[in-house]
Amino acid sequence: MAMKIYIRPAKVGIPALWLLGILAGALIASACGSAQATSAAVSAPTAAPAPMSAAVSGSTSASAEVEQPLAQLSGTIEIDGSSTVFPISEAVAEEFGKVAPDVHVNVGVSGSGGGFKRFTAGETDISDASRPISDEEAAAAAENGIGYLEFLVGLDGLSVMVSPQNDFVECMTVEQLEALWQPGSSVDSWNDLDPSWPERGINLYGPGTDSGTFDYFTEEIVGEMQASRADYTASEDDNVLVQGVSGDRNALGYFGYAYYAENADKLKLVGVDAGDGCVKPTIDAIASGEYKPLSRPLFIYVNEERVQRRAELRSFVEFYMENGAALTREVGYVPLSAEAYADNAAQLK
Amino acid sequence: MAKSKVNFDPRLARRKMIGGVFYFVFLCAVMVGILSLLVLLTRILMEGLPWLSLGFLTNYPSRHPEIAGIRSAMMGTIWVMALTALFTVPVGVGAAIYLEEYAPKNRLTQLIEINISNLAGVPSIVYGLLGWALFVQIMSMGRVVLAGALTLSLLVLPIVILASREAIRAVPNEYRLGAFALGADQWQVIKGAVLPSAIPGILTGTILALSRAIGEAAPVIAISALVYLTFVPADPFDQFTVMPIQIFNWVGRPQDDFQSLAAAGIIVLLAILLTMNALAVILRNRYQTRSED
Repeated sequence: MAMKIYIRPAKVGIPALWLLGILAGALIASACGSAQATSAAVSAPTAAPAPMSAAVSGSTSASAEVEQPLAQLSGTIEIDGSSTVFPISEAVAEEFGKVAPDVHVNVGVSGSGGGFKRFTAGETDISDASRPISDEEAAAAAENGIGYLEFLVGLDGLSVMVSPQNDFVECMTVEQLEALWQPGSSVDSWNDLDPSWPERGINLYGPGTDSGTFDYFTEEIVGEMQASRADYTASEDDNVLVQGVSGDRNALGYFGYAYYAENADKLKLVGVDAGDGCVKPTIDAIASGEYKPLSRPLFIYVNEERVQRRAELRSFVEFYMENGAALTREVGYVPLSAEAYADNAAQLK
Repeated sequence: MAKSKVNFDPRLARRKMIGGVFYFVFLCAVMVGILSLLVLLTRILMEGLPWLSLGFLTNYPSRHPEIAGIRSAMMGTIWVMALTALFTVPVGVGAAIYLEEYAPKNRLTQLIEINISNLAGVPSIVYGLLGWALFVQIMSMGRVVLAGALTLSLLVLPIVILASREAIRAVPNEYRLGAFALGADQWQVIKGAVLPSAIPGILTGTILALSRAIGEAAPVIAISALVYLTFVPADPFDQFTVMPIQIFNWVGRPQDDFQSLAAAGIIVLLAILLTMNALAVILRNRYQTRSED
């Protein structure tokens, strides 16, 4: 049997080579496509993202405006943690790389919990987190002799969505959301929540149980972290949830505001009423705290001893606080007030 | 005679029809695979091609999709792949030679053989966690290229061993007997008669196994969950990331442009994969003609 496979395989090779030919053709075609991509880069409205190569070659003109010594710093900064906070840290790392090209900033996405596990063991310098550090994690840090500073870097509004074809839901109270999402909930039709709504089934969409979004939503709405009904379509990929909710007229789902902002034409935002009237999540409502209880804080935790000792880490955190507001807004989250960043920076003094 | 003619009804029409039905069923079975591959390829190519450029290969990741590139991930993948090949080929082929040519046929050998076959079916995340515990934690290597390559080596070793054994077993026994008859000892037989005939099969199996490793995200995430990395590993003790992790991160972003960037990343990954597969075919054909001469 095996002989056949290995002794006469020449014919098998031809289709494989043929496939390679297709691919080679594709690569050549891409060379033509690259012209398009370059023009897209030029016409993009983003505030002059200097090409990486220029940044790496160390243009002193960029660093001249900032503190002089930044360009002379070197070292490696390890960041890990929440995938929600990742875009902010990535943006800061990218900009920092332009002024301090010899400092390597590595950003990972192990999740808030995974990040804290490494942070409290002293493996990382900074931990991204979409929730405050838990008591157990704080205890683990103390046990390992790791002191830390907590910096609030932005806000995210967890948003409740329905399909644009849904013409009756404008607003839901926290009680309605709780009745809908609590474990063992018997709500399976819209008119179970409000008698004026039609008697149609509700199809629920939400993040998976490993997600910080899930933790925060269950804590605020159900009152207990991780307590949720289980009969909903769960995905760790928020884009899957966007697809699901936009294509199903009976859908209701929740996920981060940034995913709504990018898909506003495909989704309908539901206001949340926590007793003071109906508020829809907008940048302003999230920033002012008016949208509650689903405005969630985004943090970075910094190893205290290392930030005092290592100049490059200290400069990076200072840089984070100086540029955090603009970059947070750019990647789709809600920045804090200027005072909040100043208070943050004061922790370093 | 006349009686038996009446009794035997060849039912030619029916047999032809059944034959035709099975032909059609098997053709459909082939088409399912090919068509779904074509649909996937077209979608990926249409979405990703406009984003593919030289800059995409040479730039580091960025929050601006227009200037984001896959350099660190691509170089990480190449590093890990090269080291994995370095570890897997000698160990895998050595194990296969031992099992096929030297090992006595007893209970212990049987146990080892069954275990290797089973290991080839273990889910890759299990190897990831094993690698994390063994290399990153216990041997405290840290989350470096070497730990990633060793983990992937564990993952593909059983496949390499199985493929190499198949190839060695396919060498006609007459070759060995002929060599022995000329006075060659065991190692000379293996070196001079068995390996030259088995090499095409061994190469194919090894390269296909490595191609599997290159597309794995799960075990590497257990070793390194890094996504934003602005340097290329300079030695096996540097930190790294690989292409599947980078692609996975782009797919999960809210902005549509990153989804297209992910498609472009997939094209690059596919290109590397198909190049490796083509290499397997070319090497195999070359050695084939040589050994047949």
